[in-house]
Amino acid sequence: MSSEVDWPLAIQHAFVRARLTQIAYVPDAGHKRLIELCQSEPTLRAIALTSEEEGIALLAGAWLGGARGALLMQSSGVGNCVNALASITRACQFPLLMLVTMRGEWGEGNPWQVPMGRAVVPVLEALGVHCAHVEHADDVVPATNALLTMSFKAGCASALLLGQRLIGAKVFQ
Amino acid sequence: MTALDRRQVIAELLRERGDLLVVSGLGGTSWDVAAGGDDPRNFYLWGGMGGAVPLALGLALAQPARRVLAVTGDGEMLMGLGSLATVGAQAPRNLAIVVIDNERYGETGGQATHTAAGCDLVAIARGAGLRSAALVTQFEQLAALRAQVHAGRDTSFAVCKVTTAVSPMIVPPRDGALLRTRFRQALGLG
Repeated sequence: MSSEVDWPLAIQHAFVRARLTQIAYVPDAGHKRLIELCQSEPTLRAIALTSEEEGIALLAGAWLGGARGALLMQSSGVGNCVNALASITRACQFPLLMLVTMRGEWGEGNPWQVPMGRAVVPVLEALGVHCAHVEHADDVVPATNALLTMSFKAGCASALLLGQRLIGAKVFQ
Repeated sequence: MTALDRRQVIAELLRERGDLLVVSGLGGTSWDVAAGGDDPRNFYLWGGMGGAVPLALGLALAQPARRVLAVTGDGEMLMGLGSLATVGAQAPRNLAIVVIDNERYGETGGQATHTAAGCDLVAIARGAGLRSAALVTQFEQLAALRAQVHAGRDTSFAVCKVTTAVSPMIVPPRDGALLRTRFRQALGLG
């Protein structure tokens, strides 16, 4: 049953319901369909970044202007965000929602992905970012809604970690 | 090349500012903007180096009916060069970017930045799609820059070459949550 859940579409619907408008992203294969769904939804503006840390500042500016957004990235991108997360999001107590597709765990075949993948949760927790790790499609919608509430009602910084068990590990020869 | 006084540049750009929203990069440009008069519609970065332009982009996209000015230093801009490509791709019509370029890291001892070695931020901005990018070296050019900041019809980018003179440190409020909340309140947001 869980494999039949169209979780990228469910996330897109949750974004629209929560009145998000700016969806910033650095592409990852695990986010391919969600990015396309955001690009095709007129109420969402999909904003391609050159580096994930731009998205931290961008969404702070969006909030200053009364807009909500989310930041999509692969787990490597978490490393690129560290100072911006600490010095902008946390220092000013901006709300933030990140959606991180994981590498370096469950079935990873590229050793270069493993160290940053393993560092994601300790790094985010050290920065005060609330993490929810999801491995089953049935859990995506409740987790997304829970983090949307924490981010935009409680004013937290939060990260939905979409595990490789959910998105499928990249296949290497 | 003539060099301008940084405080004079900022004072001219902020004079009779109307509805202008201002984001300043950490260090000297935040002191410059504070010296122009504190205002809840100023968001001064005290950290997050490289974040001034992308933060201003998010604000400009959220407030398309208002003009947004990002004013930052050459060192801060150099740390966020990729964000110029992002701005070029989004092309918000209401965003002006002004780099106050003294070719120095003013807050850390005056070390030379890459612009002192010839790095051309105007060329980089043009290459990122900001076609109107301009170099400002003369006081007489400020009227045109001011008009672009306040009434431009396109994303604009300018580098103002300023002297290395150190101005008095005029410190704005340093509580980030306060700066965030009062900015939103000034826009009528909760």
